[in-house]
Amino acid sequence: MTNAIFPSKANDRLLMIFFIIVVLAGPIILAPFGAGYPDLLQRFAIFGIFAIGFNILFGLTGYLSFGHAAFLGVGSYSAVWMLKLLSMNVIPAIILGVVISGLFALVIGYVSLRRSGIYFSILTLAFAQMSYNLAYSVFTPITNGETGLQILLDDPRVLDGGTKPGELPLTNLFGIPMNATQKVEFLGMTLQFNFGFYFCAVILILAFYLSLRIFRSPFGLMLRAVKTNQNRLNYTGVNTRPYTLAAFVISGMYAGLAGSLLASMDPLAGAERMQWTASGEVVLMVILGGAGTLLGPVLGAGFIKYFENIFSKINDNVLHSWFAFMPDGLENVMVTLVHPFVGKGWHLTLGLLFMAIVIFLPGGLMEGFNRIWRKITSKRETATSDTSSDAASTPAE
Amino acid sequence: MDAILLQILNGLDKGSAYALIALGLTLIFGTLGVVNFAHGALFMIGAFCAVVLQKILTLQKVVLDNENLTAWGTPSEIKTPYAEIWFGDFGAKLIDYSVPVSILLAIPVMLIVGFTMERGLIKHFYKRPHADQILVTFGLAIVLQEIVKAFFGANPIPQPAPEALRSSVDIGVMLGFAENAIIYPVWRLIYFVFAALIIGAVFAFLQFTTFGMVVRAGMADRETVGLLGINIDRRFTLMFGLAAAVTGVAGVMYTPILPPNYHMGMDFLVLCFVVVVVGGMGSLPGAVAAGFLLGILESFASMNEIKSILPGIDQIIIYLVAVVILLTRPRGLLGRKGVMEE
Amino acid sequence: MSDFKLSRRGLLKTGAVAGAGLATPMFFTSAARAYTNEPTGSTVTLGFNVPQSGPYADEGADELRAYQLAVKHLNGEGDGGMMNTFSSKELKGNGILGKKVEYVTGDTQTKSDAARASAKSMIEKDGAVMITGGSSSGVAIAVQGLCQEAGVIFMAGLTHSNDTTGKDKKANGFRHFFNGYMSGAALAPVLANRYGTDRKAYHLTADYTWGWTQQESIAAATEALGWETVNNVLTPLTATDFSSYIAPVLNSGADVLVLNHYGGNMVNSLTNAVQFGLKDKQVNGKNFEIVVPLYSRLMARGAGENVKGILGSTNWHWSLQDEGSQAFVKSFGQEYGFPPSQAAHTVYCQTLLYADACERAGTFNPCGVAEALEGFDFDGLGNGPTHYRAEDHQCFKDVLVVQGKENPTSEFDLLEVVEVTPRAQVEYAPDHPMFAGGALGECNPGA
Repeated sequence: MTNAIFPSKANDRLLMIFFIIVVLAGPIILAPFGAGYPDLLQRFAIFGIFAIGFNILFGLTGYLSFGHAAFLGVGSYSAVWMLKLLSMNVIPAIILGVVISGLFALVIGYVSLRRSGIYFSILTLAFAQMSYNLAYSVFTPITNGETGLQILLDDPRVLDGGTKPGELPLTNLFGIPMNATQKVEFLGMTLQFNFGFYFCAVILILAFYLSLRIFRSPFGLMLRAVKTNQNRLNYTGVNTRPYTLAAFVISGMYAGLAGSLLASMDPLAGAERMQWTASGEVVLMVILGGAGTLLGPVLGAGFIKYFENIFSKINDNVLHSWFAFMPDGLENVMVTLVHPFVGKGWHLTLGLLFMAIVIFLPGGLMEGFNRIWRKITSKRETATSDTSSDAASTPAE
Repeated sequence: MDAILLQILNGLDKGSAYALIALGLTLIFGTLGVVNFAHGALFMIGAFCAVVLQKILTLQKVVLDNENLTAWGTPSEIKTPYAEIWFGDFGAKLIDYSVPVSILLAIPVMLIVGFTMERGLIKHFYKRPHADQILVTFGLAIVLQEIVKAFFGANPIPQPAPEALRSSVDIGVMLGFAENAIIYPVWRLIYFVFAALIIGAVFAFLQFTTFGMVVRAGMADRETVGLLGINIDRRFTLMFGLAAAVTGVAGVMYTPILPPNYHMGMDFLVLCFVVVVVGGMGSLPGAVAAGFLLGILESFASMNEIKSILPGIDQIIIYLVAVVILLTRPRGLLGRKGVMEE
Repeated sequence: MSDFKLSRRGLLKTGAVAGAGLATPMFFTSAARAYTNEPTGSTVTLGFNVPQSGPYADEGADELRAYQLAVKHLNGEGDGGMMNTFSSKELKGNGILGKKVEYVTGDTQTKSDAARASAKSMIEKDGAVMITGGSSSGVAIAVQGLCQEAGVIFMAGLTHSNDTTGKDKKANGFRHFFNGYMSGAALAPVLANRYGTDRKAYHLTADYTWGWTQQESIAAATEALGWETVNNVLTPLTATDFSSYIAPVLNSGADVLVLNHYGGNMVNSLTNAVQFGLKDKQVNGKNFEIVVPLYSRLMARGAGENVKGILGSTNWHWSLQDEGSQAFVKSFGQEYGFPPSQAAHTVYCQTLLYADACERAGTFNPCGVAEALEGFDFDGLGNGPTHYRAEDHQCFKDVLVVQGKENPTSEFDLLEVVEVTPRAQVEYAPDHPMFAGGALGECNPGA
């Protein structure tokens, strides 16, 4: 098992290179699936970061926070305020977003980590729901309530100086706007290479690398020990609280980073980002992908966002064009059959898939990949060692 | 004084709904150790039993009236419920009392739903991590509510209480207060009494029957009970069915207060988790006590006098109380050590 | 029009290209466009962004029906609906500017985040030149801001908050629906007429921006006629049981209850209020009354019999007898078998108005379209003579005061129109304090 937790450096390097290539080639890989447009690519990267951060807490320590969306929301609000007050350059916005959500996580984590198990989950849930309810109503001067915090024409933006009157400025990185997109016609598809996406992608890669380092570090090992048997640790005289609190704050800062990136790509922060359903979503992403694995959370995030954005847009017209090659009668039958599962029924498909995956792939999507991988490798009859992600999925219990 | 009495009444009423849902949830938590995110959906299905019965009772005979056209030019329809055609006044009465009558439908339906869920799905998840339980039951909840949405749409569907019980009574006058000081709807009083009866019945069942004794023993130490050669699994299936039925009838009776819609389960889900945990994991009296406590505090928090001092307090009171209780009492009001703490 | 189709074709081409042995595929950047998503082919794509999940899914579904009907009519199918009664005769049933109208749909989930994500995918992926729809003000304002940044036109769906064309107005956004101020202005005289000028009102208000602007509007309008506002209690959006807010009303000295709630909140609070017997009580020697300033027929169905006799306002109702309304109800009813809701009506109008503005401007360029819509006077769309004001992009038209019907003849026949408040009575200056604070800015054509 030690080998599994600390696989060879070479394996990690391979994993990292693989991850970098896949992320950077995102616009090309995803274009055939209809997901190669900037907004969704950005969302994949951002929610990937969010899920990676959540996994550091949940995957390693087993503490199930049900209020992580609060940190995402706080990150977004802080970032938008920076964009409003200081500059449309995203750097100060991201820094403030991460710092504020880190502080927020410190306070909430300090209080909530006094309890464990479901009591911890409910404490985090309670804090997040309070934040959501107040942001929607009483805190409207800060959060702009129902409408969400937006940038306005008459915001000060003290560092930016004069922008063109009557025109809203764009979020940028030292002058390069986030929505700068190079469109390339390639084999009948339009590939969209968007600056904002590559900005998020670089941060995603860094975030992934950091989480890899944490997983492999003595600190990571300590966190796994907490998950395995906290009592035994306590009896041996180790105070686990600082470790879990550090993990909580780190994952809160990841969430804040994701939130401020959301605001940097699209300067709006809405209260529903903090609702319990949003907290639940990240939990689902991580479990779906495979809790405790490195790649799983990113996969889970992509999976859920893909359904939300692509499946919900399939209406009967699209269905008819799909099945257009069939004879008329059969085409209509197919459309009727598929209809309940797409468009306004996308939730139904998602729910069914949740159930199917958890029933048939107890380790999440990563387990599915590992099974396939093992089949391939066993056919070749080579004794390749486990990929890092597989082994990490089930720390000894 | 009368204002406070009024809010206590409100709190008891709200609390009885919370307590009933939490009771079912904690039965599942405590006996089976399963985090059931589909519990809200059970409440919703119960409520839709009432809708279904009402739809069946009001199945209408449609006669096309070619004399009168609708605004869009098709013949208008004259509809008469079959129940009235066949049974006359009794039919009309039956339609009027469709909500209480649907309890008779809801109990078997919910038992079947509960058994199927436990045997078909939950059973396979006893030994799986809580995370997997959450994912699978959440998936199930989504599927159930989407199915209901496909049949009944997204809008709330009104379920009036029986004509005779729709009025309200002036309790204030009975207690010697001024007129109009404490006015309370009859149906809500019925709901409170109903909840008290159900809660009492469940407790009596667990306390005074052998079956209940075994289940309580199983809640305390499942392994030992299993070693004693008792088939705890069958009893747990029954418990799941019972929990589903309790939640379902709570949903049926709640429909005149809250017109049901497909996502009402999700609205109650978080709340009843909070209630159960505040009450203490694995404690039935705790869940009931927490339900009433949170209901009453929520009602007080919505009083103008309190809102003017602490604006927005009614938005967060439940969660605030949860935080305070969990920090002062590590296992909630009446929780036991070792349940769901790993 | 769908990317799926495109991509499948793309995949086929990949195979074909590889088969032909072409080692180096052609790269070229797409030609510069004059404005965002300038339609270059024989079709033009509109984006219909409506709630398909969540509490307003039924309203969203009704909006979608109206959109599909409008697209049919624009493309020359069906009976033409209100195109025949519309005062502007530019639309010929050959699409818009000769281009066939196609559409994409998305789910707003009634969340500003999800709504923006969905609108963005329509703009970035599907090439939509116009986004329309929505069933709440938060979403409308969020999407309106997005369209301003992206350089496409936004034709708001159902949004009633003053802010949409008030402090959050945008040059690329247009609203046909009425607003909170208009509800107050239309409703107050009828209330004074029916219930007298010596009344004490108790407001329950949904605790978010729309609720506040609506409460402010109604309170101002009724106070101007002599009413007194006894209390205004804010209720959480997430509340389902309103008993603890309603129970104290009877003993507060008020004799009117105003429910500034919408959707599920409205259904529940009204049901609760009637349960507490408010409708048949006497206070201060007068009958206690309940008012629901913004009615939605679809949602009112959820409150069942409780709506009987209760006054409120609405943008449009299918029982109107003018030529335009009748044409629309006929067309919609024959297609779907039931009458359209006010949400369906407003989005149908918005689609026709957009198409007509494109025709008159001779372009899809948002700046040209906006100019054509600004100050546009039209008639025949069911609301009488209507004016799209240039200063804030708000439509001014008659407002309907309606009442829950005592003896409904069908499940759709819930409301009856008691008064058509003339447009002059609900007009206000663009810099009215309730709307002040924002600026339209310059129209943005994108690219």
